[in-house]
Amino acid sequence: MSPIESHERTTTPNDLRQSARSAPIPSGTRGTGDPTFLLEARHLTKRYGPVIANRDVSFAVRPGEIVALLGENGAGKSTLMNVLYGMTVPDAGELAIDGKVVRLRSPRDALARGIGMVHQHFMLVPPFTVAENVALGNEPSRRGAIDIATVEARVASLASRFGIDVDPRAIVRDLSVGQQQRVEIVKALDRGARVLILDEPTAVLTPQEAEGLFRVLRGLAADGTAIVFISHKLGEVLSLAHRIVVMRRGAVVGEVLPEDATAESLAAMMVGREVMLRVDKSPSTPTEDRIVVRDLRVAGDHGGVAVDGVSFAVRAGEIVGIAGVQGNGQTELVEAISGLRPTAGGTLSLVGVEAHGLDVRARSMAGLAHVPEDRQRHGLVLPFSVADNLVLNRYHLPPLAQRGVRQARAIVAVARDLVARFDIRTPSPEVPVQALSGGNKQKVIIARELSHGLRALVAAQPTRGVDVGSIEFIHRSLVDARDAGAAVLVVSAELDELLSIADRILVMYRGRIVGEVPGSEATREGIGLFMAGGGGATQGSPPAGFAREDDVHYVN
Amino acid sequence: MTRGRFLFVLACIGALVAAVETLRSPDVSAAVVAASMLATTLRFATPLTLGALAGMFCERSGVANIAIEGMMLSAAFGAFIVAAMTRSLAAGVVAGMVVGATMALLHAWLSVTLRVDQIVSGTVINIMAAGVTGFLSTEVVRRKAIEGAGLLPAWRVPVLSDLPVVGPIFQQQPIAWATLALVIGAHFVLFRTVWGLRVRAVGELPRAAHAAGISVQQTRYAAVMVGGAIAGIGGAYFTLEAVPVFEPMMTNGRGFIALAALIFGGWTPAGAWVASLLFAAANALHINAQQFGIPVPSQIVGMFPYVLTIVILAGAIGRVTPPAAVGQPYVPD
Repeated sequence: MSPIESHERTTTPNDLRQSARSAPIPSGTRGTGDPTFLLEARHLTKRYGPVIANRDVSFAVRPGEIVALLGENGAGKSTLMNVLYGMTVPDAGELAIDGKVVRLRSPRDALARGIGMVHQHFMLVPPFTVAENVALGNEPSRRGAIDIATVEARVASLASRFGIDVDPRAIVRDLSVGQQQRVEIVKALDRGARVLILDEPTAVLTPQEAEGLFRVLRGLAADGTAIVFISHKLGEVLSLAHRIVVMRRGAVVGEVLPEDATAESLAAMMVGREVMLRVDKSPSTPTEDRIVVRDLRVAGDHGGVAVDGVSFAVRAGEIVGIAGVQGNGQTELVEAISGLRPTAGGTLSLVGVEAHGLDVRARSMAGLAHVPEDRQRHGLVLPFSVADNLVLNRYHLPPLAQRGVRQARAIVAVARDLVARFDIRTPSPEVPVQALSGGNKQKVIIARELSHGLRALVAAQPTRGVDVGSIEFIHRSLVDARDAGAAVLVVSAELDELLSIADRILVMYRGRIVGEVPGSEATREGIGLFMAGGGGATQGSPPAGFAREDDVHYVN
Repeated sequence: MTRGRFLFVLACIGALVAAVETLRSPDVSAAVVAASMLATTLRFATPLTLGALAGMFCERSGVANIAIEGMMLSAAFGAFIVAAMTRSLAAGVVAGMVVGATMALLHAWLSVTLRVDQIVSGTVINIMAAGVTGFLSTEVVRRKAIEGAGLLPAWRVPVLSDLPVVGPIFQQQPIAWATLALVIGAHFVLFRTVWGLRVRAVGELPRAAHAAGISVQQTRYAAVMVGGAIAGIGGAYFTLEAVPVFEPMMTNGRGFIALAALIFGGWTPAGAWVASLLFAAANALHINAQQFGIPVPSQIVGMFPYVLTIVILAGAIGRVTPPAAVGQPYVPD
């Protein structure tokens, strides 16, 4: 515990401000020597019922400075951001801009004072053009009609000034996620933002797109814009920020300069204890095929082809990861394998049996476990108890049901065992599962799926929105399942997750598998290239270490 | 409205006119039948177009509106009674707008402020309108023998209205003319003005509008009430332009057909107008069939607009994407 505590200064807010002041002004920025904060939050507290989302939080940013706000889901980062942006009114505490106390009652107030925000879920109206989105709320007009040409000109000039590639007349719906994010930044700049707040901006980007975003942000900071960057990704925080503020359970628990921090020390501050960032695992010893997919095609929600001729195999005793930016067919692939979505062509065999025509339960009975992407909708029956959720895949079998009658005592006995084995933090197995935290909800699903005749497992985004402590546990469980002889397929948008647990990584792009690499040789950069479709473009010569999907299925 | 749909509507209207033409008795000329069909179509399209425009402002702001029927019915009554009391038809039209906007205010209060399910709120208004106007018409109008103030006189387009055969097309009453102006005006307001942009933003992604500093609630209130006032003009049509009396349930489902026209027209003013023309033509068929002695039972022909509504609402002619936030109350934060 001692290495953690050296980083974790349990400070009063007053000390915190002083330490912030004494931190060196980042080099390479304008406004050097200006000691005043552009934006300052003092002793903010915000409660939602019994939950304290922010407890006595103080926080500040100077012009030209990039401050990272680091914390787990539920640490209170988003609440703090909403307060800074006027979307939430704090119960106590105050905000100061240029040293003067202000009251922000709405985003309009924040915008008027130069605070702009790029939300995690973009605030762009899809059928509108870029210019219309930028204009929204601040529309110039002439004789009653919107003067959209003026806005288009403003967007073009901002775009060229900061090297942001964006067409003012494009319809937002047609833009990539990375482009939409640039529209959000332009929108904030157009309102005269001097402080730019970005909420988990890289969650939806490829590594290359993220690098592009960082270039833009560094340029803005060099121009004097103050940037507040919210993230739970340690690597990007270390590479981008001038100063890192760490939050845990609603409070600021420390503040460090990136040169004094490591990924491990930051993780320890976030979680409050030391965590294993890498999963300890032995080399895989795969045996027979358990999930075999040949030329599989699956339709998307709105017609069109979501999965377009995918072939691969997952063997017992290995973890295969599927990487890719969200929306490239991963969801549909997983739903097709688990039986939630019909296939449109190709073959799928599970545990040696042709799966066509088998419903979800038949697949489950054959030994296929499924950790669904959307745990609230497909993974749990939220108002049901923890115990009932733990036996959703076997409640109809003896001893849990006898001649169609549920055996409550047997169900609770199974549940108590799983609660203990999977370290599910719940007051009792009888409470509704919706009362549990995200991490514990996910553990309920993992416990249920891994404990019932497991032969093959498909896990989609297994640690999304889950705290670091639970992530560690879930990763351990997946590796244990592999070592116990299960075939494990993990789909994840978190590249680091796949790099740490997968034995092989396949990359999906536009419904196809465009690359495959052994886990031991994978790098962020190499996979990122494939994620952006770069692999598909370089016909015939994949980067070293990669095999094209058509050539080989097993590289290790 | 897409090109394909527009052509579909033209083809349908053409087919309806052709049907009357082939079945007409030989002693009427083809031109007279066609002109009569078009004139009646334009007239019948008036309340449908107004109802659809009313629904459009409401739904474009993200508030579902199945209460067009109730708004028009209560406005029809309000317009009738005020015109009868003041003996001023213009005052009657204004009263219709006020009543329509007031019913819309109730809809907005229920669904925007109280966040009642918008379909429930609309049903409340429909039932209330039917009950209150039915009660007042028997208990007040009939008991006191209130006489209507008559009908709005037709405005004739000089020269054109004097032409033989096609003349009737250019003799329409003021609300019918106003409807055409409103279609153009609504298009300008929705797609060219600041307010229109905000209404559409609030109906597509209210979070985004809120984050841009726009009040979602105020915008929705305003849009719903503008819609209500337009529905009010549509209501006035029934008692000041069609017949000079008020009868219980006299809107007779026109509000729901207007909703179908709105949907079929893709939530645009021009689309709503064209779709209204289609439904109106189906209705005109009924009247003209009787007038020109067509040997088909009038019950069968009278069914036509309703069958068309069902077919279109069931999505048989393809689906249009509604405003994304329709039906969802906005809860800030």
